[in-house]
Amino acid sequence: MERRRSTAAADDQGEPGAGRAGPRRRWYRFAPLAVAAVVTGAVVVTAPVDTAGSGGSALRDVIGERQLRIMAPAAPGGGWDQTSREMQGALRELVGRTEVYNVAGAGGTIGLSQFVRRTADPTELMTTGLIMVGAVEANGSPHSLADTTPLVRLTTDYQVVVVAAGSPLTDVAGLVSAMRADIAAVSISGGSAGGAEQILAGLLAKAVGADPAKVSYVAHSGGGEALTTLLSGRSTIGVSGVSELQSQIEAGTVRALAVSSPERLPGLPDVPTLRESGVDVELQNWRGVVAPAGISPEQEQALEGLLVDMTRTDAWREALDRRGWGDATLAGPEFEEFVRTEQDRVSRVLDEIGLG
Amino acid sequence: MDQLGLLLEGFAGALTPEHLMWALIGVTIGTAVGVLPGIGPALTVALLLPITFRLEPSSALILFAGIYYGGMYGGSTTSILLNTPGESASMISALEGNKMARAGRAAAALSTAALGSFVAGTIGTVALTFLAPVVADFATGFGPPEYVALMAVAFVTVSALLGPNLLKGVASLLVGVTIGLIGIDSQTGQPRLTFGVDALLDGIDVVIVVVALFALSEAFGHLLTGTGHSTVQPLRERLMLSRSDFRRSWPAWLRGTALGFPIGSLPAGGAEVPTFLSYSVEKKLTRHPEEFGHGAIEGVAGPESANNAAAAGVLVPLLTIGLPTSATAAVILTAFQSYGLQPGPQLFTESGPLVWTLIASLYVGNVMLLVLNLPLARVWARLLQIPAYGIYAGVLVFATLGAFAAGGTTVDLLVLCGLGLLGLLMRQAGVPVAPAVVGLILGPIAEQQLRRALTLSEGDPSILVSSPITVFLWVVVALALLIPVVLPVARKRRRALVNVGDGEES
Repeated sequence: MERRRSTAAADDQGEPGAGRAGPRRRWYRFAPLAVAAVVTGAVVVTAPVDTAGSGGSALRDVIGERQLRIMAPAAPGGGWDQTSREMQGALRELVGRTEVYNVAGAGGTIGLSQFVRRTADPTELMTTGLIMVGAVEANGSPHSLADTTPLVRLTTDYQVVVVAAGSPLTDVAGLVSAMRADIAAVSISGGSAGGAEQILAGLLAKAVGADPAKVSYVAHSGGGEALTTLLSGRSTIGVSGVSELQSQIEAGTVRALAVSSPERLPGLPDVPTLRESGVDVELQNWRGVVAPAGISPEQEQALEGLLVDMTRTDAWREALDRRGWGDATLAGPEFEEFVRTEQDRVSRVLDEIGLG
Repeated sequence: MDQLGLLLEGFAGALTPEHLMWALIGVTIGTAVGVLPGIGPALTVALLLPITFRLEPSSALILFAGIYYGGMYGGSTTSILLNTPGESASMISALEGNKMARAGRAAAALSTAALGSFVAGTIGTVALTFLAPVVADFATGFGPPEYVALMAVAFVTVSALLGPNLLKGVASLLVGVTIGLIGIDSQTGQPRLTFGVDALLDGIDVVIVVVALFALSEAFGHLLTGTGHSTVQPLRERLMLSRSDFRRSWPAWLRGTALGFPIGSLPAGGAEVPTFLSYSVEKKLTRHPEEFGHGAIEGVAGPESANNAAAAGVLVPLLTIGLPTSATAAVILTAFQSYGLQPGPQLFTESGPLVWTLIASLYVGNVMLLVLNLPLARVWARLLQIPAYGIYAGVLVFATLGAFAAGGTTVDLLVLCGLGLLGLLMRQAGVPVAPAVVGLILGPIAEQQLRRALTLSEGDPSILVSSPITVFLWVVVALALLIPVVLPVARKRRRALVNVGDGEES
């Protein structure tokens, strides 16, 4: 105490004199502290605000007061990240606060490899989808969705086949004959290797009777980057999610030839489906939620119930509209069966492309 | 001048006390996260998104714009003072900036960085306001073959970065290219150099490499040499920026801006490439070549403005074609969509006022950052009075924190340490570390674009020279390679001729 006072006295004396550095240096000693304070402040500001939840009582019975954590196995901004954060918003009214965290990379397989370690923990969820199924095959990942407990399918985003505005191709018939004539000459730009777009490219080749292994598929890190290659006029066609290209199609910078849905989409009423254009292909880029393996049937049921309830909230409905996602709610054994058939189909196509 | 009127309306929207407060909060948070390696603006905006749903759209967008620009400023501060780039685009600023700081010129380096960032940010934002559609047209002309040529330009000009010993410089470059190969090959989905480690599948984050090679190796170096108690005399001059400093800085600011904005607006251009190019240009054009490598102010002014102009450029494809070209831009795009704005060709017509408020708030944020950073330059510079052990203890804490926050796995920490030791080894052997980062950034782009181009042409290499842009860029490559060879020869011959002439006269 005594010492501290004397330091303060020295400070006072030092102030008016020439010893400029003396007292100030003392102050700057605290600069790292100040930086730390700013950082802490930033972290506090960025932490989600807590709102107490009501409802979700069945879930409370199985997980108690613990908080749900949702892994988005992709970088911020991507489809899984968006899905996870919309879920966080919609779940707020049901169970209050949830945590979303990102584990980016490799089509979700890095996230998956971490997630499978959370065996039997019902508070851990992960968003997943077709792209992860493809990446597991393409990357030769040691883990697959079989090592998780599939809960529900939530959304779907169909694929659209587009050409640049100046392209001579006008319809699917033209595309089909070009692919039949020389499959390698029809270059296709799309997202990551083994992703939904390349799966569709392989299915297209197969449907027109060409060899999927010979497709000139140009992989990009995302739909946006793939669009740049298409817009530069270098690739024959591009394949991308409908929600990613909707505004480009409306503005006329790209022309849509067909969509991969079973029926025409309300957002693009003038664009035919592949099937009605004579190509027997249907593909949806679905997204859903899984829990770790080894959770009890009661826990599984409670989580499924919660997520199905979530899809009925206004917040979720509004999110679907805003993002242009199709509602594809499917839960329970039907969803598990769906995941199994998707795994079979994807692994077959990727094998034929040469990525399996 | 329709746009001018709309912009003025945008200012009217942005200049309310409430919006100014959000802008201030944004730039403060942005500066803080820019300082921390690993915690970038992208993560921050993603974390803030759920909260800001309660704000009105314009307030939230102003907040995000502040974070975005603030991150760019913050990154350079640690680069210059601590030789610890907060993000990869400020790496080049560390080269000359840190040398200046050690020579007692930290305030000058920070001031030229802040002013350069302001000039570039302002010009970039003006260009964004009035030239966005034109630039977007130019940018969409860039396909894989054009990027291959652009990367060739970048590779031949980075010789300026290689240092005095060409062999060591190239060795370092190749180390970087090799690190860049780690992870899943995006064309085939096959893992390369991952040795069965899951966490390496996505490659090694550039930020981790930068922090390890620059900061960790330096900290280890201090341990090795026992120089932990050394301090740096932070302020040797009275003026922050002398007249000659200013005279040398402003052309570099403008040149940096001229490189940064167009390349930043290319969908695969990024903010790093223009900083490399700017550094090379400054080194070629300077009247003080002897200062390069020892703290040349142009070497800070140019790359720093290129970095910020590129940050404005990135918004061009985002706003005009809805293309996010950086992680932060992708998150901002998500934010746009949350408010029902669809960036793309129709953004300006469909949601005009909000877009103009955003652009106006970019100007406001820029001014605010200058006002915040310029007076703080002297304060920050005094951080250097802390002995090295204190500084590097802090750097180590934040580096590991940042690396862990970015990936969330212990593997990242091991990689960080391993690369730090590699950096120490390189330092001991006199191998410069900057070329490794250059190789790490340019290598993968060049490789992927080359393979894309050749897939598109079914293996025919003539696609690489198939457009006017590619031909122009390859000519630049040829000139950059030939001029250093031809010029001395020509000079010598001319001198010889003059000598012969003299001889005849006498």
